[in-house]
Amino acid sequence: MYHWDFYAVLQSFDLFLWGMWATFLYTVGSIAFGIVIGLASCFARLSNYRLLRLVARVYQELFRCTPLLVQILWAYYALPMLLGINISNTTAGLMTLSLYVGSFYAEIFRGGILAVDRGQTEAALAVGMSGRQTMRHIIMPQAIKNMLPAFINQSVIQLKNTSLLYAISVAELTYMTSEVNAQTYRPLESYTLAGILYFAMLFPLTQIADHYERRMRRHD
Amino acid sequence: MTKPEAIAENSVISISGLTKTFGALTVLHGIDLTLTRGDVLGVIGPSGSGKSTLIRCLNMMEAPSGGTFHFRGKEVLPRFKGDGKKIGMGDLRRHVGMVFQHFNLFPHLSVLDNVTKGPRVVLDKSRAEAEAHAMDLLSQVGLAEKANFFPSQLSGGQKQRVAIARALAMDPDVLLLDEITSALDPELVGEVLTVVRRLANAGMTMILVTHEMGFAADVANRVIFMEAGRIAEEGSPEEILRNPKSERLKAFLSRFHG
Repeated sequence: MYHWDFYAVLQSFDLFLWGMWATFLYTVGSIAFGIVIGLASCFARLSNYRLLRLVARVYQELFRCTPLLVQILWAYYALPMLLGINISNTTAGLMTLSLYVGSFYAEIFRGGILAVDRGQTEAALAVGMSGRQTMRHIIMPQAIKNMLPAFINQSVIQLKNTSLLYAISVAELTYMTSEVNAQTYRPLESYTLAGILYFAMLFPLTQIADHYERRMRRHD
Repeated sequence: MTKPEAIAENSVISISGLTKTFGALTVLHGIDLTLTRGDVLGVIGPSGSGKSTLIRCLNMMEAPSGGTFHFRGKEVLPRFKGDGKKIGMGDLRRHVGMVFQHFNLFPHLSVLDNVTKGPRVVLDKSRAEAEAHAMDLLSQVGLAEKANFFPSQLSGGQKQRVAIARALAMDPDVLLLDEITSALDPELVGEVLTVVRRLANAGMTMILVTHEMGFAADVANRVIFMEAGRIAEEGSPEEILRNPKSERLKAFLSRFHG
């Protein structure tokens, strides 16, 4: 029977805390950029211009149909060679995570908008609203409600995806855990603690999200 | 082109030779129609005859494929903004209200906000002013006490009355009613028709596409019978509904009697 001993691992708890902080920052940062990229891509796909639709489509499919780990490695090791510039691991990591999640957000946003009944647009236009006013006052508030569950789900996955930055030595939680493991030779305790910490970050968030989603749906 | 003098002085809506095609399908074959202030026009006809398409052209929900369209003497342009001489779709729709078969209330807004949204966004009215007007309209349709309810909490008849108040909030010159009782349970039709009758008595200019023949006879001062994308017969309710001339109209009406 294995004798659990967290003592050595907990000696380095500050490393875990730094790792959590970095994980948090990469998640929030890439979600923020991802929302901007996703909205741009979503509206590009809904636009009347074929070229815009095509560009957005190509971007989305490239990022949705290749593994995130390959994208991260490519951005860090291959892209600098291609462009002849230096790209730090933090820049490569944040950029790739943002573009990756943006490609998924774009589809989530688009689906949420298209799910709003056509009659809503007609009713808004019928009182004289412009297309833009209709989108802002009538379609988007309803679309946000539609897209919320999928958006939260993708964002939860996004926090976990930051662990792949381990591959390019970004000091997030998984990388820090491997450091602690290397110092203490306690893989069971180290990785168990890492799992607990990821769970502790996400579980409260999903509960809060559920609460707000229920509140938003109270008039359905 | 219709010559300006051909458009009656007090005409609100005037169309001539209006056509509408969807791809290879022609839905409207050259409709001529003039609506003057205070007119209540009933539009009847079998489904697929082009009734709905016709009134959807009148607020540019569908862009006509051909013919001319004047609103209060100004030509209507198929784009949002007009220029000095011609009127754009945005301006047209401010003045031409529409009520839909399936209500299309905004589910994320309270009854009051459904009614005030248009005036606030489109006419830039203050909240206080828009709400005072909305409360007045809601009491006219008998729903003042539901102002803070949401559409999901209302019956079909109540929803449709809110939709009428929403259209009236823009102070329209014309109201287009597109089969507004067709989606209602029979026992809820009366309350909606009562509101429409009151509007007619108050002098509101309206076009109502309807299957309620008795009601059309009651409130309309003119009725058109449409068939296959054309106006097949036109006249007073008495002429059209009690003394139909064509066999087709007779056959159509016989399905509603007895």
